[in-house]
Amino acid sequence: MPSLIDLRRRIRSVKNTQQITKAMKMVASARLRRAQERVVNARPFARMAGEVLQNVVGAVSGAGDLAGSLPLLASREERKIQLVLITADRGLAGAFNTNLIKAAQYFIDGRPRQDVSLELYGRKGRDYFVRRSVRISGEVTGISQSATLADAEALAQKLIGRFSSGQADSVYLLYNEFKSILSQKVMLRKILPISVPQGTAQRDYLFEQPPAAMLARLLPDSIVLQILEAFLESAAAEQAARMTAMDAATTNASDVINKLTLHLNRVRQASITREIIEVVSGASALE
Amino acid sequence: MAATLRLEVATPEHLLLKEQVTQAEVPGLQGALGVLPEHSPLLSELGCGTLTYVLENGQKKRMAICGGYVEVGPDFIRVLANRAEAADDIDVKRAGEALQRANERLLHPTPELDVARALNAMHRAQSRLDSAARR
Repeated sequence: MPSLIDLRRRIRSVKNTQQITKAMKMVASARLRRAQERVVNARPFARMAGEVLQNVVGAVSGAGDLAGSLPLLASREERKIQLVLITADRGLAGAFNTNLIKAAQYFIDGRPRQDVSLELYGRKGRDYFVRRSVRISGEVTGISQSATLADAEALAQKLIGRFSSGQADSVYLLYNEFKSILSQKVMLRKILPISVPQGTAQRDYLFEQPPAAMLARLLPDSIVLQILEAFLESAAAEQAARMTAMDAATTNASDVINKLTLHLNRVRQASITREIIEVVSGASALE
Repeated sequence: MAATLRLEVATPEHLLLKEQVTQAEVPGLQGALGVLPEHSPLLSELGCGTLTYVLENGQKKRMAICGGYVEVGPDFIRVLANRAEAADDIDVKRAGEALQRANERLLHPTPELDVARALNAMHRAQSRLDSAARR
């Protein structure tokens, strides 16, 4: 039976933990708001750019074989696959990183005959795969909450370079999508070769530049946008996951404190009762 | 016939502007494009330069933009710029310094100089200065 002092010590320690989880939850919810804002701010551009792309494709598609003239559209046999894994830099976010890493491992295991190389964004994914026998083509850590357009551009350039030079036959993004505060969804998205949305032009557009030339420049930009979107989604999802996890941890700590307090009171009462019995029986022995 | 156009300016990270305007001038890749209401549909790439627009109350505004696309419809202009900054927000001193840096780099090239990038930086700084100077 634990002594009173031990119980009190444990209650104090759980209370301290609870304070930390509570603070982390609050920090995460403040950061979540900011991250969500960035996601929302990025949406109009993505929507409009998608429409422009569709219009240009609509204008060009009469010209015949697109994939022949634009290498970014040409799909070939997948022998060398590039997987970009976007994890968080920090833990304590529930199953956020675990789910992603599991999905990545599953992706690799499911392609034993292909050569999969990993581009790792985020410390957690790096820490896991660095010690395993996978090919790592690059890693970037420390930007999971602050990824900017420039980061997305740098990655896009690297990936397009690898795809064009034949170092990769296809490129996939693996990241957590922010669905709601309570749920994140692991997303696997193929970004190269690009599959163009089937489009017809909404209007009969005048073109300042030949539409085909414009398309050739639009395509790399659309990859940058997809990567940026993944970065922003992942940042928001990370904060949401951490907030939920820390909320659950705070509730659990309350439960433990309640249980321990109840136990502590029982033990205390039992010892008081025992002392009274001792006093009473000692007194009666004197009579 | 519509008397105004809806002007939307967005960068990949923000929607910067959504206003009714009576006319606008966009820096296209091959020169400035003036747009009035009922313009025929048009798609173009953007260069670096100054976007000028006139609000319904006659107020004239400027914005430095660089790279991207513009889509014109009968009652709207959508500017998808890679970089954009309202003229009032431009830090003239910083832009001036950036221009000087780019200039120097181009005048005294080192072997590892990325000429395209330096030229780009120069254009960007120049367009910001131009937009700010005319306010």
